[in-house]
Amino acid sequence: MTTKTRLLLKLAGLTGALLLSFGVAAPQEARAELRIDITRGVVEPLPIAITSFAGSGGRDAQTGADIAKVISADLERSGLFRPLDPRGFLQTPEQLRTGDPRYQDWKALGAQALVAGNTTTGPDGRMKVDFRLWDIASAQYMQGLSYTAPPQEWRRIAHIVADAIYKRLTGEDGYFDTRIVYVAESGPSNARKKQLAIMDQDGENHQFLTDGQSLVLTPRFSPTTQEITYMSYFNKKPRVYLFNIDTGRQEVLGDFPGMTFAPRFSPDGNRVIMSMAQNGNTDIYTLDLRTRRQTQLTDSPGIDTAPSYSPDGQKIVFESDRGGSQQLYIMGADGSGVKRLSFGEGRYGTPVWSPRGDLIAFTRQRGSSFAVGVVRPDGSGERILSEGYHVEGPTWAPNGRVLMFFKDLPSGDGRGRNAKLYSIDITGANERRVITPLDASDPAWSPLIP
Amino acid sequence: MRMKFLALAAVALLAACETAPKDANTGAASNSSSIRPGSQEDLAVNVGDRVFFGLDRYDLSPEARATLDRQAKWMQTYGSVTVTIEGHADERGTREYNLALGERRANSVKNYLAAKGVPANRVKVVSYGKEKPAVVGSTEAAWSQNRRGVTVVD
Repeated sequence: MTTKTRLLLKLAGLTGALLLSFGVAAPQEARAELRIDITRGVVEPLPIAITSFAGSGGRDAQTGADIAKVISADLERSGLFRPLDPRGFLQTPEQLRTGDPRYQDWKALGAQALVAGNTTTGPDGRMKVDFRLWDIASAQYMQGLSYTAPPQEWRRIAHIVADAIYKRLTGEDGYFDTRIVYVAESGPSNARKKQLAIMDQDGENHQFLTDGQSLVLTPRFSPTTQEITYMSYFNKKPRVYLFNIDTGRQEVLGDFPGMTFAPRFSPDGNRVIMSMAQNGNTDIYTLDLRTRRQTQLTDSPGIDTAPSYSPDGQKIVFESDRGGSQQLYIMGADGSGVKRLSFGEGRYGTPVWSPRGDLIAFTRQRGSSFAVGVVRPDGSGERILSEGYHVEGPTWAPNGRVLMFFKDLPSGDGRGRNAKLYSIDITGANERRVITPLDASDPAWSPLIP
Repeated sequence: MRMKFLALAAVALLAACETAPKDANTGAASNSSSIRPGSQEDLAVNVGDRVFFGLDRYDLSPEARATLDRQAKWMQTYGSVTVTIEGHADERGTREYNLALGERRANSVKNYLAAKGVPANRVKVVSYGKEKPAVVGSTEAAWSQNRRGVTVVD
């Protein structure tokens, strides 16, 4: 997939192709626009009618129906939308294609928003998908967009449409056209087989990237989503690696005398920041991917690890036990001006800066009690989102509204543990299992696919 | 199978010839004739191949030092043996922190052996963090067995 995907998928949406102008009433500013307020804690999901994107027949009809299902599932999973049962719909996709919605009918059904779309295949074999969005309560047309892509990319188109609807109705960027890289686990608890695996955020297009011969941990996406940095015990030598998804090529990063681990890309993709442990001391280093220069950023005698850049690349949050217990600290990108961030009871680790910059997610441990939470970069507003023995390793959706993490829970027979992925809203609402073929840990959410 | 056994026996003989200090056959192979002197099994059964650590600690207890004293002696007996110290943590801790902690523990063992005269070039270290528990389970009994440094013959 991947590079090919990227090159071929020329989105009409990117060039703005605003489709249809009918139904756009002239001055609308006075009206209260349909908008989900997602700043509140628990939101009543917005009832939305999503009709089939059926084309005029044949393969387009099937693809169109599938596209509508993927859009519905995306929006439903966000917890902000409640897609209505299509069996109750009183207007066909054809009627919506050629005319206005019968607003009263849709209102009677309880819909507050309506989505209709169409799928056609052009003479060049490319698929064209367009959609329109209406506000039912105030009987007005809101948005129309059109996308063109190779037919095998229909899932991506569906996610992109779902992102557009999400954005139009919440005011925030969507996160559905994204992928997850994680560690797939299998085998007995004392000899786990761990493989890198990648999938779409909804679990589709799943594939394993490594065969499990070497233990692998903590994969992270590059900003372009084309590369992954991770840790591997290849040849029993634990080091940070770079994996190119297009070519499958793997290379060790840097020439370090000790174990390197906990890697992440800088926001511009030019550097990988990581920890190196040697002689019982762990410090933070960067590796410039162009010059291959290694720079040491910390030199405390303690354990300095789990570094994560702020989205502007100016700051780094990391964990350190320099003060006696594992806590969060922030420093400048050059290692200067270290300031402690966490002062709560317990130990704090695995900080991850939100792509929006406004929050830092972490894992907190008090004795045997684990929790995933968020805190502002100034140390205020600490909030626990999910607790349990044990939860760990948060990662951000690109819009900074949703986190994914893993739970390593005792297995049914009590003789081991089963790790699973979960997603949760930053309000703490809408915690959901993310389905994977095998057990799963160490998730990393990609940016929106370019 | 038979060929392999013979080959192993030959290696054992060689190893015994190489070292040959005056007390080469005390401790080592006396307990069980099937254990090859200088092997991992020899180390585990007759010397003790692992030491245990307190919660979040990497200092060596008196028992741990006693075990490592025996290991140092054993390393001097089998002067051609090289080892890797595997540092491990229990499951209570984040993945990254436990990797660093395991490395600290492995180095505690390495440094102690060095102080007892085992050359650094015969001892490597590797940390597995919480990835390879010796005992599966979420009990104090399991955790205490998993916070360990294991000396593994290369």
